[in-house]
Amino acid sequence: MAHITDTDTGSRALDTAPDPATPPTVPVVLTINGERHALDVEPWTTLLDLLRERLQLTGTKKGCDHGQCGACTILVDGTRINACLALAAVYDGARITTIEGLATGDELSPMQQAFIDHDAFQCGYCTPGQVCSATGLLNEGHATSRDDIREQMSGNLCRCGAYVNIVDAVDAVRRASSSTTEDNER
Amino acid sequence: MNRFSFARAADVAQALDLRGAGPAAQFIAGGTNLVDLMREHVARPTRVIDITRLPLREIDATPDGGLRVGALVTNTALAYDERIASRYPVVAAAILAGASPQIRNVATVGGNLLQRTRCLYFYDAATACNKRAPGSGCAALNGVNRMHAILGASEHCIATHPSDLCVALAALDAQVCAQGPDGERTIAFDAFHRLPGDTPHRDTTLGDDELITAIVLPPDGFAAHHAYVKVRDRQSYAFALVSVAACVALDRRGVMRDVRCALGGVAHKPWRDRRAEAALVGRRPSRAAFAELADTIVRDAQGRPGNAFKIELATRTIVRALEQALAPTETDR
Repeated sequence: MAHITDTDTGSRALDTAPDPATPPTVPVVLTINGERHALDVEPWTTLLDLLRERLQLTGTKKGCDHGQCGACTILVDGTRINACLALAAVYDGARITTIEGLATGDELSPMQQAFIDHDAFQCGYCTPGQVCSATGLLNEGHATSRDDIREQMSGNLCRCGAYVNIVDAVDAVRRASSSTTEDNER
Repeated sequence: MNRFSFARAADVAQALDLRGAGPAAQFIAGGTNLVDLMREHVARPTRVIDITRLPLREIDATPDGGLRVGALVTNTALAYDERIASRYPVVAAAILAGASPQIRNVATVGGNLLQRTRCLYFYDAATACNKRAPGSGCAALNGVNRMHAILGASEHCIATHPSDLCVALAALDAQVCAQGPDGERTIAFDAFHRLPGDTPHRDTTLGDDELITAIVLPPDGFAAHHAYVKVRDRQSYAFALVSVAACVALDRRGVMRDVRCALGGVAHKPWRDRRAEAALVGRRPSRAAFAELADTIVRDAQGRPGNAFKIELATRTIVRALEQALAPTETDR
């Protein structure tokens, strides 16, 4: 579904009374991948559309746009959400991490590296969501087995069917991080 | 999505003020259902009021030994709360049987109660739906109705309530606290959701000018003998065909002194038959007794071509849930 983000705000003359059909924009401040963004958003703008269409952070994918596929998974304060079901205006003040924010410079995050090491993707479309979801899964700390991982990754669909290797990748990082005291987030 | 204005409420009074009366304004918290409904033009509020800053995220002990769960407590926070996991495990089990982690991380208790049916016709504006467009008819009656109601439906609507959490709350006899312009009131869980009758556009008895502030769990969480069994088309992240929250309390001799059996996926609200449950009190747990309860619960069930199988499925799920509820302490019998 095509979505208007900031194309129609500029067309509104500043010196006329607000058109009742065009509700005012909402000022929000978001910290995205460590960078502060002060933005005016239309009330109906989702985080997904804001990230992709306005901030050109197109690593976060639009799959179903209904919260069913998980391609748009991002992290808010380290935990997973569906960006397609989140109004940006509600997230004023939030600290957001997208797939673009997981690596440190040229060094991939452990989860990104594990997806490569375990051949955990084919076409790659769901992968940013899978990697963010898996990162959030470990941050959330409720998975202690492969079965837990399978269940707790059920919000991320992979049409190529790379599930087995995805579970391998997530489990490898889980095992590595549970053997250290290091927080695996980012 | 339709165009709406956005307002952020700092406290409950301001939220109610911004809402006013009537359905034109909508509260938003997790938004996991509302945003979807707005995108499909099923919900078309003129104003959306952000209530996520309201101080309703606490889980507190009540004087009588129960728990008061703030309306903005997320599904994840509730399911993994130590008091819930240990004293109300059927609540945790039901939550974790529903949705995905992404959704549970933001979806709230209040929103869970108020989520709308996932009937495909309700979402499809090209079809007749009395819930979406009162008076337009019900396309599900003679349509694809695999996911639809077998109990308490009407010729106007055969939608089901999709929540898992609510099935557990119904079994426990939770209460809903709602704040309106005239103060707070408490609603018995059974009286919160409605049957469709000829007004299926109204899911609940909550007023347009009211806000859910909390749910209250009674002292007894049936931690010893409980089960939540959910039967669905996929093993994870799917709505229930039938789900059962079963809770049993035994006396010292192993005789049942309290039996709760709430069903999801079969009606417009979590379904309970208190008379049928009461008939088991004073008896020892047995497969025969559970089967009797199951048969009584579905005695007035009405199936349609797409969902008639759910009648038998419901009876089997009831028996299994009760057996599972009693299983861990079989030696106590």
